[in-house]
Amino acid sequence: MTVPISYYLILSAIVFLTGVVGVLIRRNIIAILLSIELMLNATNINFVAFSEYLQDMGGQVFVFFALTVAAAEVAVGLAIIIALHRAKDSINIEEFNLLKW
Amino acid sequence: MAELFFGYFAGVIALTAVLVVALRNPVYSALALLVLFFHVAGLYVTLHAEFLAAVQLIVYAGAILVLYLFVVMLLNLKQDDRYHHQWRIAAFVCVPLLLEFLVLLAGNGVAPQSSPLTAEQTAAASDNTMAIGTTLFTTYLFPFEVASLILLVAMIGAIILAKRDIGEGGQT
Repeated sequence: MTVPISYYLILSAIVFLTGVVGVLIRRNIIAILLSIELMLNATNINFVAFSEYLQDMGGQVFVFFALTVAAAEVAVGLAIIIALHRAKDSINIEEFNLLKW
Repeated sequence: MAELFFGYFAGVIALTAVLVVALRNPVYSALALLVLFFHVAGLYVTLHAEFLAAVQLIVYAGAILVLYLFVVMLLNLKQDDRYHHQWRIAAFVCVPLLLEFLVLLAGNGVAPQSSPLTAEQTAAASDNTMAIGTTLFTTYLFPFEVASLILLVAMIGAIILAKRDIGEGGQT
């Protein structure tokens, strides 16, 4: 591998931080879920880079599991969004404050 | 040559990641995420993870993103989507993370080169799909079964969550 591992870490950190900022500042629930996908992809890049660096297949298998969990998360999350939209006719995050202190 | 590919993929990934967060229309955000998925798959190919690149395209770009677009179109979002007012908290969380990361990177210096491949590892690297399959069904067999359980639970949960209101509407 001619590209140093730290480059992959920097790229992953940039994508992950973008995802964190997206989760914190967006008000659209769908945009928040998209930002969570960004964070999952950042960790996947890390896993694959280290799998290549350490010559260990475990990293790629973990990406496989992360992908499975991401698919499950999207299915349940989008079902919840549809239910929320039916209940309040909106998916603006600030209108759902029932569980807030 | 590898640096060139990495630079291209990394640049597009970083740009589209920012676009996903910055664009106001969720459809455009989802399409930017689609471009990001394609380039992450390209990055996987340069990292000799061809099977994962294929799975990334099929599952993420093929299934998950279509689901997102389906819901965005279904809900027909038209209201203005301004940013949340808690951007200060976002900065408060992310700036220390970024600084911490930069300090860690600066402290580490140049990472040592990876060890040269043994003959067995070279054989494994030549057939990525077989190597993943062998690892998945020997070392990680139990997590694999648990993953199938997660998918089953998610499927049932999604059906129940999305269906309940229809059933209640039918009763009233």
